Amino acid sequence: MKYEPKNPYQYIGSYNPRTYQENKSSRVSHIVKQVETMDELFNRIQLRDGMTISFHHHLRNGDAVMNLIMDEILKRNLRDITVAASSVFPVHTSLATAIEAGVVTQVVSAYMSGFVADVVSEGKCLYPCVMQTHGGRALSIESGKLKIDVAFIASPAMDASGNISGRQGKAACGSLGYAIADAYYANVVVAITDTIEPLNHIDIAKECVDVMIVVDSIGDPKGIVSGTTRITKDPVGLAIAKRTIELMDAAGYIKNGMSFQTGAGGISLAVAAQLHQKLKKESIQGSFASGGITGYLVDMFEEGLFERLYDVQCFDLAAVASIQKNENHYSISASQYGNPYNPENIVDQLDVVILGASEIDLDFNVNVTTGFDHRILGGSGGHADTAYGSKFAIIVSKLVSSRISVVVDRVTTITTPGETVDALVTDYGIAIHPRHSELIHQLKKTTRLPVVSMKELLDTANELCGLPQIIEPKEKIVAIMEYRDLSVIDVIRQFDPL
Amino acid sequence: MMNRPIKTGSAGTLESNDCLVTIEVNSDDSVIIHLESVVKARFGKQIELTIKETCEQLNLVGAIVSVNDKGALDFTIKARVETAVKRSL
Repeated sequence: MKYEPKNPYQYIGSYNPRTYQENKSSRVSHIVKQVETMDELFNRIQLRDGMTISFHHHLRNGDAVMNLIMDEILKRNLRDITVAASSVFPVHTSLATAIEAGVVTQVVSAYMSGFVADVVSEGKCLYPCVMQTHGGRALSIESGKLKIDVAFIASPAMDASGNISGRQGKAACGSLGYAIADAYYANVVVAITDTIEPLNHIDIAKECVDVMIVVDSIGDPKGIVSGTTRITKDPVGLAIAKRTIELMDAAGYIKNGMSFQTGAGGISLAVAAQLHQKLKKESIQGSFASGGITGYLVDMFEEGLFERLYDVQCFDLAAVASIQKNENHYSISASQYGNPYNPENIVDQLDVVILGASEIDLDFNVNVTTGFDHRILGGSGGHADTAYGSKFAIIVSKLVSSRISVVVDRVTTITTPGETVDALVTDYGIAIHPRHSELIHQLKKTTRLPVVSMKELLDTANELCGLPQIIEPKEKIVAIMEYRDLSVIDVIRQFDPL
Repeated sequence: MMNRPIKTGSAGTLESNDCLVTIEVNSDDSVIIHLESVVKARFGKQIELTIKETCEQLNLVGAIVSVNDKGALDFTIKARVETAVKRSL
């Protein structure tokens, strides 16, 4: 049984999402206006100072659309723009430029890396940014807390009447899960595509789209596969994965009907690969795997080891190929994935999730947002959502990497509260959250798994590395950590370069 | 007996969790330590102390010790310094 977080979901009084049905599908005989040039587009959408614009990140580090739009905004002498991007990657250099120029004054996102993370960490953005979770972003849009004036939706393929598909086109990316809330609730929806052709599957209906424009390229599909989505070859990482499978088995989660999700880190993917072997050997069939879908999960699904895939985002091109052809590989929206108020959200149905950590502390709080120096390196994505929803959330990591211990006294930044984390598996032992006292007792009695306390792991790490100097940030708050219920769980202060 | 380098010696790699140590001849008897480290903010003082103590144990004189550290633990740093010193003699 999981404990509720110390900051429980706040009652959002009138949470009653304006529905797509009420708003947009009633637009009978709606015609999507096609414009030819950027000038025509900007004349039509009437973007003004102080507005909020949004982007999705399905093309990940191959996305060309955000830079294209930011470059236009930089030319147009606009000020005080808020950018609500579901995630920001190193490719997004024009956003960094716009922040430094004071054109963009706030970023709202679930993950940021690269130049944008640097300029935000260095305090160059006028207002504190908001770091969300994937589910929290959907909630904030549906509940009206985050109001989007103009959504710019990179659309891999469109038909002539303005419907959008993620599954076709030069930059096919599969699911468009993170763009759905934007498409339903933004005041103006602009679809940007490089491919007009008849569609086999519609992800976003033309009733949601106000304006469309055809450009040369919306991005490079090779950039969808980011650096992290590779299985580890490190024998230590593989040994951690093996221990993780043994832990899942001993805790009773590897059985018919199981549901499963992994992050895209190297060790997490190794867990998926080893789970594959185990399910096959023991003829066990799971119900579903979810999340960012990778080729490793597709392989298991195609061999019948999972009945269904729920895909909010394709993490590699194997996942894109699968969603194009496999009926039981479903696209889901970020709200269906992780919005805590969506009664059928997928994360609440998960048995086990395997996640990474940059830091984990004695209370099992996890940081995947900043380094120990307070510099922003990533963000929750679905980390906090899946840890909360799943029955058993396992963090996998080497204890020490390049002299930095994953186990710390107190995390620099709280991304995921310890109340929602169940276990840490490292090369120096497994720490189980003390609320699982029966499981700890059972593991010690019936398995040879090296169960230790978090404090013991911390002591081991300090013996290996020495006691680290604590690095204090500057005073200025550069970002607010917004938990999935939209409460504030922590803040990030300005990085102090030495 | 003092150990004084007569040529450049190096040991280690620039892989994660390792360090590259280079020993060069110094013009006087002093030992000068240059440290670059990916974890300098967190462990710089401790790493410098480890290098200094290792050099003292080896009775090193007249050397410039350059360490480019990629997050090596103390036993790795000691071993790399010792090997680099022996290669410089």
